[in-house]
Amino acid sequence: MAEMFSYIGKPIPRKDSKDIVTGEIKYLDDLKFQNLLYGKVLRSPHAHAKIKKVNKEKALNLKGVKAILTWEDIPDFRGGTPRIVRVLDNKVRYVGDAVALVAATSSEIAEEALNLIEVEYEVLPAVFDIDSALKPGAPALYDEYPDNILPGGTIIYGPNCLKGVTRGDVEKGFREADVITEGTFGYENIPNALPPETVGAIALWEEPNKVTLWATTQAPYMDKVTLFHVFNRQLDIRSIGVHCGGSFGTKIMCWQVQSYAILLSMATKRPVKVVFTKEEHMANFTLRLSSRINAKVGMKKDGTLTAISGTWYVDTGYYSFTTQAQVAVGSGELMIMAQCPNWDLKNYVVVTNRNASGSTRGFGGQELKCSFIPLLCLAMEKAGLDPFEVLKKNFVKPQGGYYWRDGNWYNFRGIDFSKAMEEGAKRFGWKEKWKGWLNPTAVNGNKHRGIGVGVHGNADIGEDTAEAYVQLNYNKTATLFICAVEHGTGQKTNLAKMVAEVLKIHPDNIRLTPADTLVTPFEFGPVGSRGTYAIGSAAINAAEDARQKLLEFAAPKLGAKPEELDTKDGVIFVKNDPKKSISWRAIGNDRTILGFGRFEPDYTMCNCMMTFVEVEVDVETGKIDIIRIVNATDVGQVIDPLGLEGQLNACLGSAGIDSAIFEETVLDKRTGHILNANLIDYKWRTTAELPEIENVVLETPFPSHRFHAVGVGEIATSPGPSAILMAVSNAIGRWIYEYPITPDKILKALGKISSNKFDTHSNEAFKATGR
Amino acid sequence: MNNKQKTINLKINGEFYEFEIGEKDWQIRPHHTLSHTLREVLNLTGTKISCDDGACGACTVIMDGKAVLSCLILTVECDGKEITTIEGLKDPKTGELDLLQKKFIEHNAFQCGFCTPGMIMSSKALLEKTQHPTEEEIKEALSGNFCRCISYYQVIKAVKAAAKERR
Repeated sequence: MAEMFSYIGKPIPRKDSKDIVTGEIKYLDDLKFQNLLYGKVLRSPHAHAKIKKVNKEKALNLKGVKAILTWEDIPDFRGGTPRIVRVLDNKVRYVGDAVALVAATSSEIAEEALNLIEVEYEVLPAVFDIDSALKPGAPALYDEYPDNILPGGTIIYGPNCLKGVTRGDVEKGFREADVITEGTFGYENIPNALPPETVGAIALWEEPNKVTLWATTQAPYMDKVTLFHVFNRQLDIRSIGVHCGGSFGTKIMCWQVQSYAILLSMATKRPVKVVFTKEEHMANFTLRLSSRINAKVGMKKDGTLTAISGTWYVDTGYYSFTTQAQVAVGSGELMIMAQCPNWDLKNYVVVTNRNASGSTRGFGGQELKCSFIPLLCLAMEKAGLDPFEVLKKNFVKPQGGYYWRDGNWYNFRGIDFSKAMEEGAKRFGWKEKWKGWLNPTAVNGNKHRGIGVGVHGNADIGEDTAEAYVQLNYNKTATLFICAVEHGTGQKTNLAKMVAEVLKIHPDNIRLTPADTLVTPFEFGPVGSRGTYAIGSAAINAAEDARQKLLEFAAPKLGAKPEELDTKDGVIFVKNDPKKSISWRAIGNDRTILGFGRFEPDYTMCNCMMTFVEVEVDVETGKIDIIRIVNATDVGQVIDPLGLEGQLNACLGSAGIDSAIFEETVLDKRTGHILNANLIDYKWRTTAELPEIENVVLETPFPSHRFHAVGVGEIATSPGPSAILMAVSNAIGRWIYEYPITPDKILKALGKISSNKFDTHSNEAFKATGR
Repeated sequence: MNNKQKTINLKINGEFYEFEIGEKDWQIRPHHTLSHTLREVLNLTGTKISCDDGACGACTVIMDGKAVLSCLILTVECDGKEITTIEGLKDPKTGELDLLQKKFIEHNAFQCGFCTPGMIMSSKALLEKTQHPTEEEIKEALSGNFCRCISYYQVIKAVKAAAKERR
């Protein structure tokens, strides 16, 4: 059982909770500025075109318009991976690409000005999916990459960034297999994580090269780093994080909107706010990756994997920011869930003329797994194996290992998750409900029930560096200097709890600085599930360092050695003689005791989530209801029980489980327009239809930091979608391969309606074979 | 444009306001939504705008006892109305939080918090109208409030707890 802690694991209200429930908390669009201008973006109506001419004259004559910028007005500032995407270009590459930026005294005037800008385009042929982009002679989005394939790897993961998985001898592996299955499967519905707060930035320019930036971001320090490069390493950026209204990974991709605000502020010398409308958020901001694999898997009769080979095609839309990073992490995550001696998994990152895909909770692994697990299901069916047993067997164990994002091999030193998986199966009733492949669990008239299971694990829990300072104050409080933005996980309070536990003072006596790069040291941002271990370690180390300095300061005053001392409730005392003590007041108001903490990346451990689902399919209407979900995980040590429950319930939201049933971004492949870029036509789950969720959380101590905890929140969404596919296939007795499983797909699979040749969703690429 | 000077009177969070309608900078324009006026004129930014299209419930306020979407209502239509926003729930004198607000904190019924004011206002309107709502009634009342963090489960617990404690 876990250690006894004063604050860790206790349900202490979040520090921001009162401000949240009273509406007092300030998100970006709630901030007020003197002299503020409003920025708007003129967007392309064409999917692919050259800009021949722009006439700004009429728009500039509109009263209140202060600046209009096109590609001709700004230097060659570029972002993306590789850095080929101009902030404003003379070519547009998707419907909605930025053509011009306007700053005006009100958003209404800025909007009106957009209508007065005259643009002459030379329309070019466009490609809207992987097949057409890779056809010989297909129109190229970038001159640098005429085949529409971007180079692999990302600079931030180092020179040997994982670009695919090659290991052992796949030919030998397939020879050893008892069953082999092969086929093409995809997860190509590009759902949107869709946080409620839209995307935006406010910039204030100061001559000659300084800018202060407030943004909807989950990683303000990395924004500073990214923008430094975008602006040709000549800009001194102060990045201030604001309370973030949801991100789910997407808002680490805000460099474009931030660049717009900065450029308009440079041009006007006034603060400029650019906030996307919800329609822009949905049509011009991060979607999930579109993923498809053509692969082959070999397996022994007992479920042991012998070989995995194939090609993973990733459609990133019109550019990549994090896609190669997601390919690296996703590939490593597949190795974590599918321990196998022989691999040959290649990949291609393909550009197409649609809105960009990128960083979203699940970060490549969800997308790859949603494509891979249907193939694995066919192998399990052939071998007559229970998927729960196969997934449990093949998930990384202490003697196992994997390649991770930097291209290095890591021997796994985490815990065996089998216990959590078994506990989940027990609570779900898996053994009783499992009736074999393509067999419903129960049939009641038109209602067929089926079950499915999925698993996911991510070694990002210890990724990237983090730094923090802890300052001890003579009023028995401490200040945590850290560049952390609250984006919903309760992380800032959790960091305070960790510092409080080290210093033995109440979390109420720990204050956090704003996330302001002028004030705090470096912190990568709460991406993946790194908050608890990586960021937590920096805060813990800073607190321990400050505590050590405090004890060294007090030692001569108490006539003892520092190691003979302890501190609690703002009092330093001799451990063997607690009456000998002095208060933190002895620090004085003219002294600073400052500790520094740093975390170095550690990829030797991962988290794990197994998700069990039971669905009910109406075979007359094709409607699917999720009846029950059980999530099973082991987190080492719970930090915040209620926050954890919320994170795990989130399996439904942010383009998670529901991306298997109804969530999709509908792209018209004739015009390149997104047809459902609003909250009415994009389907989302409401309280009216909530399945039962049970979260099974074990606490087996991890060799992480002093609290033995690891983060898990990010991966809640990831195991679910493929589990739904499995459950629905079992319920109706037919394989379903395509996301999302809208009612028409059920009825088609059952032969109740014929294929509709006008159906833009149907993708004939999906087919499977095997021996 | 408006030759005839026109004013409207509203009561918001217990305070009386009189607005001129017109096209001048200091006037309420005929096309301004209530959510815009609350946020931009009165600085009541607790009312959130997410879709600005009547689909997500983030801008929910209570008007004459009913939960309404302030992004779908023009301010000029609100003459004589009594409006409560999230800022109006706590006791103006003591600062004590409304029972629902307390229960939302107790049950950690939020993650990013952006939908929370709308969730609380929808819940408040329900509890004003229905003393002892069933779980189905709570779910129905909140079904127009978009949350992507899936705070729904903890919100329902919080509303149930508030309803129970009020008995």
